[in-house]
Amino acid sequence: MLDKVWIIPALPALGFLLTLCFGKRLGPSRAHFIGIPIVGVAFVLALVTAGQWMARDGALDERGAVSDIQQSCSREATTISSGGAAAGDGTANEGSTAEGGTGGDVVSAAPEATRAAESGGGTEELTRPVIRCLSWWHSGPLQFDIGTQLDGMAVLLLVVVTTISLLVHVYSSDYVNGDRRYTHYFAFLSLFTASMLFFVLAENTLQMMVGWELVGVCSFALIGHWWEEKPNSDAALKAFLTNRVGDVGLMIGVIVLFFAAGQNFSIYDINVMANNGRINHTLLLVSSCCLIAAVMSKSGQFILHTWLPDAMAGPTPVSALIHAATMVVAGIYMVGRLYPVFFHGLSIAGSSINLLAVVGSVTAVFGALLAFVQKDIKKVLAYSTVSQLGFMVTALGVGAWTAALFHLFTHAFFKAGLFLGAGSLSHSCGHSFDMVEDMGGMRKVMPRTFWTFVVGTLSLAGIFPLAGFWSKDEILAGTGGLGNAATGSYYFAFIMLLVAAAFTAAYMTRTIWYAFYGEYRGHGHPHENGSRITVPLVILAVLGAIAGFANLPGVLTFEHLVEPVGAYFPGHEQGLVHADFNLAVAILSTLAAVGGGLFSYLYYFRRSFKPLEGFSGRNRVAHAGKTLLENKYYLDKLYTDIIVGSIKKPIAAAAYWVNQHVIDGVVNGAGKGAVVAGKFVYEKVDQLLVDGAVNGVGSVAESSGGELRRFQTGHVQQYAALFFAAAALLCGVFVLILG
Amino acid sequence: MLLNQFLLLAAVLFCVGVYGVIVRRNGVLVLMSIELILNAVNINLVAFGTSAGLAGQVFALFVITVAAAEVGVGLAIVLLIYRNRRSIDLDELSELKG
Repeated sequence: MLDKVWIIPALPALGFLLTLCFGKRLGPSRAHFIGIPIVGVAFVLALVTAGQWMARDGALDERGAVSDIQQSCSREATTISSGGAAAGDGTANEGSTAEGGTGGDVVSAAPEATRAAESGGGTEELTRPVIRCLSWWHSGPLQFDIGTQLDGMAVLLLVVVTTISLLVHVYSSDYVNGDRRYTHYFAFLSLFTASMLFFVLAENTLQMMVGWELVGVCSFALIGHWWEEKPNSDAALKAFLTNRVGDVGLMIGVIVLFFAAGQNFSIYDINVMANNGRINHTLLLVSSCCLIAAVMSKSGQFILHTWLPDAMAGPTPVSALIHAATMVVAGIYMVGRLYPVFFHGLSIAGSSINLLAVVGSVTAVFGALLAFVQKDIKKVLAYSTVSQLGFMVTALGVGAWTAALFHLFTHAFFKAGLFLGAGSLSHSCGHSFDMVEDMGGMRKVMPRTFWTFVVGTLSLAGIFPLAGFWSKDEILAGTGGLGNAATGSYYFAFIMLLVAAAFTAAYMTRTIWYAFYGEYRGHGHPHENGSRITVPLVILAVLGAIAGFANLPGVLTFEHLVEPVGAYFPGHEQGLVHADFNLAVAILSTLAAVGGGLFSYLYYFRRSFKPLEGFSGRNRVAHAGKTLLENKYYLDKLYTDIIVGSIKKPIAAAAYWVNQHVIDGVVNGAGKGAVVAGKFVYEKVDQLLVDGAVNGVGSVAESSGGELRRFQTGHVQQYAALFFAAAALLCGVFVLILG
Repeated sequence: MLLNQFLLLAAVLFCVGVYGVIVRRNGVLVLMSIELILNAVNINLVAFGTSAGLAGQVFALFVITVAAAEVGVGLAIVLLIYRNRRSIDLDELSELKG
């Protein structure tokens, strides 16, 4: 299964085609009969893959580590497996030139030798990634491959994506039941699943980019699923266009890496070369900064996050699948995939600040703050997603790679569960998401939704021993903010994340208060939903509660299964340190979460802060702060009015001026010139030259035809005579010339 | 020398053949003239064959075979012309004029 893993994305792609072709013929609201079984099979295959990956042995040396890489896919693997000596020389030379340019950042001259020695000592087994590819097309000397790169990280995402996708498929069959574009909805869900899996398994950066864009397109189509309403289609466009901003960064980053790695798209090769210092540090820095722009747009990082809350215009299961669990983590996955580029490009090891960590930690806090002023329950969750994605980006930025992936894993479950819970609420509250106006007191009406939502909330807030606690704690420990052993000592990130953790607990408590407690404020009669909605909720709540045990301190199976060890990943000797479980950090983060939650609880449930209520109405500073938050830091205004407006107006004015003066002048001049030229051409060229030529040709043809006609008598013998005469003439010529 | 005389004979024969092809009105005689041309070539082939090995004679044999076939086709055409027009005078045929 490991080398035939392409089947997993191929299945939903097939499902997409089948749904498009036959979905409508099954009858109204029956399209899921195709989607659910196919995604179910993909899910089982993903589990099989995961099982085989777990059962797989590591390698003892570098050659063994590349033994399962198809050699046509990777130059580096070929070099390694064909013996180190020659390659080692080349490496040393290239390495030294790179060092001359940048100084200092190049790691040990022969990391392979070092690692081989280490692994010879039996300390760590090397990961054996499975890479398969086939040639997509050739262009000159370049070969573009398409293939799969399977290692722990890809397996993790395979499982997460197929699990959530399957549950969302089941949930959707009830949630969008009777929708007029039911078939298209399921077709796009399948297409999204296929493209996300395609992206996850990508073997080279180009293929990664294709998957990246494909998920973007599916996101666009699904956000705008109910496009008849203007806000929905606007939100879809906004998501698409904001992502294009980052895609420019992605494209530049990929191109820079392509040339930096010697015209090579292979992710494995880029990683190996970046990791042993054969790519110039400046190039790594440039490409990682460009790729961070892509992460900021795709993974909703502060200042390009604005599309993500608006994307909630799409159907709720879509938000759960795409805008919480899978697509938005594409940026995280991309950074994790190309981690050596970022690790060395941003000099993550031993440092205390870098772009990735700052972007992530600022997002974590600012996203959480925005969640406080939302009335729409889905927007609360959207900003919460922004904030949690900030946690993951920070984790990558501080060198806690495993923690980032672990948080991705746990977050996918509990956040998808929360989103589906919000959808369940709205499904029975007349399809409104306004928790302040239309909800309240749902605890008694919808007990299953309530309990799953509470479990998800506790997990998200990071309460012991639910999943969110373990992953968030690992990130906090990974910052090294308490002086504990970690890759670097990122105090700023540590404090920001701690604050964000407190905020998370507080705004989630507020959400629960509005949605589930108090009196019902809406209209109609809410009721608990059917099993197709509640069963996925329960499953996700259970997963969201227990997923954290995958990486229990001391047991740590997750880390060994997911994190690669080998030439294509930064190792200990390059400064990547795994932060151990730290009791002080754990207590501090729990205190922050409990404190935030408690404050919110007292404020909303107990009304203990009566003087504080209406504070923002009385105090000018507080009012300004609230207005700032309600206007989402004026970022939308900045983008649409100031940036777009300022560009639009002068450009329009300039374009008008250019139009009036330059273009009109040019056009008029061209017109007048054309008239003059036309007359000249007509009188001189056309009448005299062309007509003369044409007439001349005609008369010549006529007269020569008249002459030649005489020869065409139809008498074979005359032809033969001419033929022989010509042959004789030719013979004479030959004799004269050659003789 | 000997080769020279063969070549001269062949040239004379060739010219007689060409003359016949161009001048004769009778279709059968034109065909016979073509045979003369081919035989002139055969003489050339055999004559050169004396000094250059057996290839010349083999070629001559091929030419004779092909000529036999060609005569078969040619006579058939002449026969059809005769059946259509009750004459084989080539001067009366100018259909190739189009």
